Amino acid sequence: MTVKTAKTAKPVQLRTPLGEEVLALHAGDHVELSGLVYTARDEAHLRMQKDGIPFDPNGAVIYHCGPVIQDKQVIAAGPTTSARMNELSGSLIEKGVRALIGKGGMGTRVRDELNGRGVYLAFTGGCAALAADRMTLKGVFFEDLGMAEAVWVIELDRLPLVVGIDSHGSDIFGEVSKHSDAEFARYRKS
Amino acid sequence: MKSTDHTRIHKALAKATFEAYKSAVIRLPPDVLRVIEQAAASETSPVARGEFANILQNISMAEKLGVPMCQDTGVPVIYLTIPPDVPLTQELYDAVAEGVRKATKEVPLRPNVVDPLTRHNTNDNTGHGMPTIHVKPGEKFTVTVFPKGAGAENMSRIGMLLPSQVGQIEKFVVETVYLAGSRPCPPIVIGVGIGGTFDGAAAMAKEALLQPLDSMTDYERGMLAAVNRLGIGPMGLGGDFTALAVKVKTAGCHTASLPVAVNIQCWANRHATVEVSR
Repeated sequence: MTVKTAKTAKPVQLRTPLGEEVLALHAGDHVELSGLVYTARDEAHLRMQKDGIPFDPNGAVIYHCGPVIQDKQVIAAGPTTSARMNELSGSLIEKGVRALIGKGGMGTRVRDELNGRGVYLAFTGGCAALAADRMTLKGVFFEDLGMAEAVWVIELDRLPLVVGIDSHGSDIFGEVSKHSDAEFARYRKS
Repeated sequence: MKSTDHTRIHKALAKATFEAYKSAVIRLPPDVLRVIEQAAASETSPVARGEFANILQNISMAEKLGVPMCQDTGVPVIYLTIPPDVPLTQELYDAVAEGVRKATKEVPLRPNVVDPLTRHNTNDNTGHGMPTIHVKPGEKFTVTVFPKGAGAENMSRIGMLLPSQVGQIEKFVVETVYLAGSRPCPPIVIGVGIGGTFDGAAAMAKEALLQPLDSMTDYERGMLAAVNRLGIGPMGLGGDFTALAVKVKTAGCHTASLPVAVNIQCWANRHATVEVSR
């Protein structure tokens, strides 16, 4: 493997709103994030492009997630596939968003948009119970979009994440994908 | 059989389906948990070790809080075994659907089932031809619930290979995993159905996922090693474990064909079997 992983013994503690501390992070660093995050999937991104961002984007964190909410509580809230938001994240980062959370990584366009500005944080797919245990519901925007697509305001208590794309152009998912391309090409010929 | 017997069986089967569904989405079968723990212990990439730590913590948190381990609680795939004295009637199908509706409301489950064309959500996880119910004869009256999430299911493939391509089966499996990349939430479990017919191969691939994961044949181990050399790793972050296990089922097929189906399952290989108490 060509991927270098800067294993930190202890996860870096981060609290929103985020500032320039994210620029010191490197792909592979483990972090724990506390404070407010805003869920957004495809529909919410489109609505924000049309009607504007309903919260202060400066230092904000977007979570690619369609949670299960019941009685004003977060029941299950694992990450959704971030790549669907590849073409929709630029304007948010431009307006001050410092981190995107999701699963599966994002395209080279987002990697470039994050350069010198922010990070992509990977959360483990399927870990809905762990997520819910670390979350408190604080509010909602665009509720008319339905449960999965609304923007939920959620307070995190030390959500365990790993830096997938840093602000220096390093992208673990991109590196792994290059590695598996090469491995598969070699295997195919064998 | 008297109508009171029918009612009793209906109620008992609906209850068993509910219990199996609830159990399946909250806790993993022991063999699945064992292979995850073994992989977590031997994984060498620090990033991947972090992913395994999250997965294991999530599994214990779901149990502790009594909530589903993943927000995609899947669509209901059901296997019934029917003893000789239970007649196979429409009532059994209705009872299973009732258990699914109850589980959707009370566990709760995410309502995932929609009409394939209008995309209208039924809001109770049942619909035309859903749940999918497979029936076979048996000694005991049991219901197995296998909730199937979309992220992994969508990465599954079927190929009608040529009879001369028996040696290419492994390549088809590896290619399927390669094309899926990070999307099915690896580390995955791979069910492979070889032979039978077009539909039969797919059914076998799914049933293979229900077999114990902690014993594999040399053929299955060979495929697993080839898959794991891709290095995709947990969640596509790289590592030793792109897959946890490969399970193969075979059936006789036409001399001119070689159907191969690959059913992909995320690390949450959830299923539970409950005996219907009559």
